[in-house]
Amino acid sequence: MSRPDTIQPRTVRARKAIVRAVVRSAQPVAEPLVAILLALLVGAVGITMFSGLLAGHSSFDIGLPAAAYLALLQGVASPNGFTSTLVYSTPLILAGLGVGLGFKAGLFNIGGRGQFLFGTVGAMAVASTVGVTQSSYITIPLALLAGALFGAAAGFIPGFLKATSGAHEVVTTIMLNYVFVFVTYWAISGPLVLPNAHQPITADVSDRNAALPIILGRDGNAGILLALVAVPIIWFLLYRTTLGFEIRSAGANADAARYGGMKTNRLIVLTMSIAGLMAGLAGATTLLGVVHQIAPGYDTTVGFDAITVALLGRSNPIGILFSGLLLGAMRAGSQSMQIQAGVPAELVDALQAIILVFLVVNALRRWLDRRAAKRGSTPSVGAEVAGSAEGVA
Amino acid sequence: MNAIPQALDAVPVLGLVFQFLGYTLANLEYISQTTVAVAVPITLAALTGVLCERSGVVNIGIEGVMLTAAFVGWIVGVAVSGALGPGTPLPFFGVTVPLLAGLVAAILVGMLVSLLHAWLAISMRVDQIISGTIVNIGAAGVTGYLYTLIASQAPTGAGSFAQYQVPKEVADLPLVGWLINAVFSQGPIGLSTIVIVIVLQVMLFRSRWGLRTRAAGEHPRAAETVGIDVIRLRYRNVVMSGALAALGGAWLSMEQTNNFNADMTAGRGFIGLAAMIVGRWTPLGAFGAALLFASATGLSTSLQISPPTGQLGQLMAYVPGEFWEALPYIITIVILAGVIGRSIAPAADGQPYERESAS
Repeated sequence: MSRPDTIQPRTVRARKAIVRAVVRSAQPVAEPLVAILLALLVGAVGITMFSGLLAGHSSFDIGLPAAAYLALLQGVASPNGFTSTLVYSTPLILAGLGVGLGFKAGLFNIGGRGQFLFGTVGAMAVASTVGVTQSSYITIPLALLAGALFGAAAGFIPGFLKATSGAHEVVTTIMLNYVFVFVTYWAISGPLVLPNAHQPITADVSDRNAALPIILGRDGNAGILLALVAVPIIWFLLYRTTLGFEIRSAGANADAARYGGMKTNRLIVLTMSIAGLMAGLAGATTLLGVVHQIAPGYDTTVGFDAITVALLGRSNPIGILFSGLLLGAMRAGSQSMQIQAGVPAELVDALQAIILVFLVVNALRRWLDRRAAKRGSTPSVGAEVAGSAEGVA
Repeated sequence: MNAIPQALDAVPVLGLVFQFLGYTLANLEYISQTTVAVAVPITLAALTGVLCERSGVVNIGIEGVMLTAAFVGWIVGVAVSGALGPGTPLPFFGVTVPLLAGLVAAILVGMLVSLLHAWLAISMRVDQIISGTIVNIGAAGVTGYLYTLIASQAPTGAGSFAQYQVPKEVADLPLVGWLINAVFSQGPIGLSTIVIVIVLQVMLFRSRWGLRTRAAGEHPRAAETVGIDVIRLRYRNVVMSGALAALGGAWLSMEQTNNFNADMTAGRGFIGLAAMIVGRWTPLGAFGAALLFASATGLSTSLQISPPTGQLGQLMAYVPGEFWEALPYIITIVILAGVIGRSIAPAADGQPYERESAS
């Protein structure tokens, strides 16, 4: 057992209290950072293990992960890297806010991929019709609105099914992802096809007065502003409105919320629709600001990235802003990593899973607790390291 | 003799139904064979779910386990056939050394990935949906990374398992010949799936292991008081289930095709979960539901490959091809939403179990 506190001088106790307070307040930031650092380490081991498969490298080439991470950093740190980080982050923040909102309500929206794609189709539909005659001042807002509404419709379906029949949103949203992939293929080969094109492809939104203006550097489109505006809006919705209170109550304890008189079924439909709306908006901004046209095989990883973003940001809108920027930086840097070091950009997908493992098992907190237990003092935070509660709520 | 069917086919609206029935009967052989084949990975995924959830662990990482196993089975086949040569196929199922090595590696890796889910869900008590999602994201990432690394060398796989050929006399039997042909014209994984369904059904409801599994899934505290090690049992079930999901993955890359593609599981793990729910968490029910879901694929591929003629064909021409590809997913949603109210999950499904401290 440790010495009783009374023997310690008062200054030592005060200093310990300060250290504890700092550790506690730094935890929401430190935990994701520690998880990311550990994941990068594991990733480095992985890159080294399979370096022999890369042309021009020996097996177990320790220099390769260093070169890869350096190229990744250089890709982010350059002036273009900064704007492209913001560009990559935009859909991640928008869709991440939606997934986080779902987590707050106890709902798991894995349907981001389908909602994103359907939002893209909605925005393209407006651009290719309205944009022919109207100016960009009318076309762009209408296209963004259509993207948001299409996304909301795609989110409404699983919400409605869960509220009316109890079908779990995880299964229905995944099924809908594939449905919307085919809806997108159908749209670009049928109603939205560019006449006289050699392949099923849509018009370029630049020719339809719908391209988002560049406001920063070479390719920083105005969609960035949309993401920055969405963060305080969702924060306000969650923490300063009745709906937000109901969402958080339903997520904390659905039964209690129901007994408290909240219409939980309506909440499910509403939350899933908003989550879909955000993913649809992400799709629309990506179309109008980055890809400009829907080509054959168009697909997205934003739906799944948004889950990582929401978990890393603990479903808090401000946390999501930073985790979105972080993952956006990784996505932006992974391109230069692939070009300069030859390491496939898919590394980022694998890294995400490793980050999440370290995050949900609370690697940092466990280590602190074990250290505290060794010294015999009380654990830094209670023993309830379930991870799930923080992860979802 | 054809006057009656022709008259029926000509009835407005209702005639289309008769034409459709006629089309289904005419293409029964193709549709039934495709249905049974497509049902194999879905059934294996559903059995994975049954094994996990009956013991109280929700597993949505099945998709990821299947994808990893599909990749590992294929790549080990590539490596072994590169080192030892393709080898001469044995007289049954075209079994070769590389194929067998790939299958074993796939199963081992499937169990290993499931162990990660078990550790996160059971020991770390992480939200099990999150844990399963991590498995899925990780599987897509790691297989995608390695596949991109390897694809530039354009390796050829170790081939695929051969189908069992039902004797022509049996296949031509009236009334039942097509059914026997559809069920048994399969490779080793497909055929063993049917055996596994029956064995698991009996084991789950007639054996000591089955009783213990169900007890751990319904009321783990009570199970623990009668001396069942709930934690160990859940670990064992989840790891064993990984072998089943791995078989489903191996079927994709070593029996249906001889190749690997990114995202080649295409949601089958999740369709399997839906089949498990519709089949009320029983192996036989899950198999039935998987066949039902697969019949949508069987029918839609048949309609694409050999489009119907006549009035029905004219109508079908208006339906875009993408609709038929999306149909299996739509059918899954519709059936799931229609059935779910009457399908009840094990009581402790998804709840982490914590032993009462010894103090």
